[in-house]
Amino acid sequence: MTEPLLVGTDLFKMYGTTPALRGSSLTVRAGEIVAVMGSSGSGKSTLLHCLAGIVRPDDGTVVYAGRQISAMSDVERSALRRRDFGFVFQFGQLVPELTCVENVALPLRLDGVRRKEAERRSREWLDRLEVGDVAGKLPGQISGGQGQRIAVARALVTEPKVVFADEPTGALDSLNGEKVMQLLGQAARDTGAAVVLVTHEPRVAAYADREVVVRDGASLDLERVA
Amino acid sequence: MSIGHSFLGLLEGRPRHGYDLKRAYDERFSPGRPLHHGQVYATLSRLLKNGLVVVDGLEPGEGPERKRYAVTDAGITDVQSWLSQPEKPEPYLQSVLYTKVVLALMTGRPADEILDVQRTEHLRLMREVTRRKTGGDLAEQLICDHALFHLEADLRWLELTAARLNELAARVRP
Amino acid sequence: MSPSWLRELLLGARMALAGGRSGLARATLTAVGVGLGVAMLLAAVSIPHMMQARSDRGAARADQNYGTQVARTDRSTLVGVADMQYRDTSFRGRLVQAEGSQPVLPPGLSALPRPGEMAVSPALARLLVSPEGALLRERLHYPTTALIADEGLQGPGELAFYLGTDTLTADTSGVSRRNAFGDENTSEGLDPVLLLLVVIIFVVLLLPVAMFVASAIRFGGDSRDRRLAGVRLVGADTGMARRIAAGEAMLSALLGIAAGAVMFLAGRSFVGSVELMGISVYPSDVQPDPVLAALIVLAVPAAAVVVTMLSLRRVLIEPLGVVRRGADTPRRLWWRLLMPALGVLLLLPLVGSVSKESEGFSEWQVIGGVCLILLGVATLLPWLVQSVVRRIHGGPVAWQLAVRRLQLDGSMSARAVTGVAVAVAGAIGLQMMFAAVEANYQRFSGQDSTRAQISIAARMPHGWSDAAGFAARLAATPGVTSVTPRSVLSLNLPASPSGEQASAPLTIGECAVLRRLAELGDCADGDVFLVDNPDVPVPAPGATVTLNEEGEGATWTIPSGARTVRPLSDPLNGDTVGLLATPAALPVAIRDRPDLQLQALVTVDAAATDTVDRVTNTRWELDPLGTTWELNPTVVDNKFAQIRRGLFAGAAATLLLIGASLLVVVLEQLRDRRRLLAVLVAFGTRRRTMSWAILWQTAVPVVLGLVLACAAGVGLGAVLLRIIGAPVAIDWAGIGVVSALAGGVILLVTGLSLPVLWRLMRAEGLRTE
Repeated sequence: MTEPLLVGTDLFKMYGTTPALRGSSLTVRAGEIVAVMGSSGSGKSTLLHCLAGIVRPDDGTVVYAGRQISAMSDVERSALRRRDFGFVFQFGQLVPELTCVENVALPLRLDGVRRKEAERRSREWLDRLEVGDVAGKLPGQISGGQGQRIAVARALVTEPKVVFADEPTGALDSLNGEKVMQLLGQAARDTGAAVVLVTHEPRVAAYADREVVVRDGASLDLERVA
Repeated sequence: MSIGHSFLGLLEGRPRHGYDLKRAYDERFSPGRPLHHGQVYATLSRLLKNGLVVVDGLEPGEGPERKRYAVTDAGITDVQSWLSQPEKPEPYLQSVLYTKVVLALMTGRPADEILDVQRTEHLRLMREVTRRKTGGDLAEQLICDHALFHLEADLRWLELTAARLNELAARVRP
Repeated sequence: MSPSWLRELLLGARMALAGGRSGLARATLTAVGVGLGVAMLLAAVSIPHMMQARSDRGAARADQNYGTQVARTDRSTLVGVADMQYRDTSFRGRLVQAEGSQPVLPPGLSALPRPGEMAVSPALARLLVSPEGALLRERLHYPTTALIADEGLQGPGELAFYLGTDTLTADTSGVSRRNAFGDENTSEGLDPVLLLLVVIIFVVLLLPVAMFVASAIRFGGDSRDRRLAGVRLVGADTGMARRIAAGEAMLSALLGIAAGAVMFLAGRSFVGSVELMGISVYPSDVQPDPVLAALIVLAVPAAAVVVTMLSLRRVLIEPLGVVRRGADTPRRLWWRLLMPALGVLLLLPLVGSVSKESEGFSEWQVIGGVCLILLGVATLLPWLVQSVVRRIHGGPVAWQLAVRRLQLDGSMSARAVTGVAVAVAGAIGLQMMFAAVEANYQRFSGQDSTRAQISIAARMPHGWSDAAGFAARLAATPGVTSVTPRSVLSLNLPASPSGEQASAPLTIGECAVLRRLAELGDCADGDVFLVDNPDVPVPAPGATVTLNEEGEGATWTIPSGARTVRPLSDPLNGDTVGLLATPAALPVAIRDRPDLQLQALVTVDAAATDTVDRVTNTRWELDPLGTTWELNPTVVDNKFAQIRRGLFAGAAATLLLIGASLLVVVLEQLRDRRRLLAVLVAFGTRRRTMSWAILWQTAVPVVLGLVLACAAGVGLGAVLLRIIGAPVAIDWAGIGVVSALAGGVILLVTGLSLPVLWRLMRAEGLRTE
């Protein structure tokens, strides 16, 4: 087994007086796809946000490649997210006034890559995800399935070490969902990116290498239990 | 085989007469489809033969219904190992799983573990089928999808049941 | 109205309040926004009544006869004008003297003050007891026995007094005999140029307010559209959805009117304690014109409905969501140009027709023309923003985000900015006109304040023989360094061959004084000099002239030894004209005629303070009916400068109001994009990037708006200047100030929206799913 890449240990997080995480732990190894399952409100999205350094946990540690994310400043965490992480969400994630290729190029440009170069690399990714033909369109002019593929391309264009996907197929029908998952899984394996996949759909989770269940804010690694 | 395990589980609470066992079984596990007397007799005698139950007492009259049965230590071990083994995921599994869950609840065993173990087994198979599907041709994909949808249905049932365990426990525990 | 119509309107009204806290917040925001506008409009339509009430009270206490003879009766009252200045305030003073047992009373008094006692306005009473009034107390040291009631004053802050006396005579200049107070003669109307200015100030300040009201009605438009989509989903058709929207808008507008009325009434009660530009107003005078107020109450809800319908025109509300259209259709230019063109066409016929002397002009033509030109800015701006933004490419991420946002939906920002642009365009045009009018009304007076600082006029009861004593009294006043006494009489010259009766001034003074007025050469008491100045022809020596006075004037023959001399410049009047005489040269009947007026030029020590008021105090002792004034190289009506400051204050207030609506638009956009912002944060977008994007997104339309506004403002100003016949000059300083104000508003808006942006950029936004 490879070394753990991202380790969250005993994470606690309160939103107001509502506990979202109560001692959740998760280990992600390089290149593996981990499905995080659980009913709505179980805290699985919060777990993802903590692991990705979007949200700082109230207690517990998140260690990425030997560095403790939970102790980093906002600036450091933002830089880490720009360079090492990629994100796919359920909906509402594409900037509506930017074209698809500009949306994909956005993370590269945020990190200082020149526009021409950023858009060239973005086009490659769009072709890879079979949506090269809508590169110049606005998000409002394409279908939901195409939009999610654009989002996947955007998550992978920086060639991140970890892709965080929160219900990436939640708004799609079965066929489009399958297609997006196949492309995401394939692309992640090709680039060696690990994927943390939050979903409540078993068929989506089946694309993962293993699953973790979050129940009432605590995570269970069922394979360990068995 | 689940009738025998169910009897053993039912006997864990207290020794019962044969007719009592049949009635408890019919009520909890097979409402509307009562066991035949022959089935009850055959099952009990097999359990007796394997040393999983013993005759605890007799009542006046003839037949197995008049005998009172108690579970042996071997019988308890047998129920335990049955409960903790996941079933091979296959269609129409619910009745067996349901029996297991109810028995676990009745005998005070952790029912959620049964569900979790089963869920892991189901997902393991789903991953396998998904892998096969991504590599296969259209026909293969369609067949795999059929299996996946059924497995998914089971899995959803498992999730739902897990979410309603407390409710169920209140019903089956007197 | 059919019942279903009514039902839908009511449903809309209910929906405006529905939606819990955010719904209530939205309704409140709109109500406050509309209310602010309505309050300003109500205040504006109160001005006519306010001015009318002031001038009515002014006319009711009018007491000058202007030459008409009034017979002495038991009721007659003598009134002497004793207006004066204290510090920077000039105020009304009257000496009053009863001629019988039943004297008529000026308004606000219940009895004439007895000699040596006075009645004062409440503001003057306060000033007299305050530390600031110490010097004035020395002047008006009389016991105050009554306060002038409100009906005798123009405003609560007015300074005024009636001082009882028994020394007035009816034939003294500045004294009138009255058998009744008040003047039925209509007061002279405002000079047409000033009227034009006032009309334009109104348009320029109120048009943006009206636009602000329109944009306030649009607050919460996006969430309204989503709500309407929900209504469509449960079976409403497009027409019903529109009527529901109309109901919502109407309710907001009605709430706004209520809020506006409350704000107006609240503001009115404070009005009595405020003094602006030397004008104070009684709260009871602030009464909206009933017709115009009714018009506001009707027009605001109607405008709300129209604005809502117009905004829905570009939006397709479908059951499953809202589709904005029109992003692709290029905006047409021609009809947008039509408006300002029509405006210019309306104004062009007026070119050169308005001057101080002209008869007046069609106010509606001016209002229409100015409105059309300014509205042209409002219609041209979205086109300009779209056309310019479409051509922008490249740039850093923040710039790209801002530009693309504007490309997709520039009308949102443009609409908010139009208010700023209209206000700025109007202010610039007005500013140009102001500069020109001010120059027109400011004339070189010929006075030289470096040679003398104060001029005094006071009647000498015994004629010239009092002059030396008066001069000594003035010279003894602290701060005075020198006093130059002289008197000026007006002479009627012998009729010229053409029959024209010419006149010339005769200046009486010692040699030392006259020497400053002309190159005298030798001078002894008894000499007379004729000043050689082509402006005023003088008679030859030996000619007989008549004193210009009532009745048969005294005559005097110019001595044959009178010499002709070249004029010098006088600090008070410029180059000297007329005749100069030493006292001994004049017959006693002329020299020592009672009430000969002393004109004394006074120089003061620049380091001394309050010298003008001290000199006035001395002068008051010598002659309460006299005058004191400071010499000034230019005569500037200092109210003019105050109006100008008022204009800037008004423009700033308008811009702030519009800034507030701009802020609401930006905040609304941010809230709508909460989720997107959270996603952008998730993949590592810096705060700085998003902050810049917001700044650019606001700044680009504003800069374009300012450019357009400057162009339109200069154009408007040019037309207005042509109308009053002034040369066109661009007032760059004014443009700079107004643009800086607008720029400041943008920075303020961006600055205020940043905390919200940062709060939304905390990743909690991802949770709301």
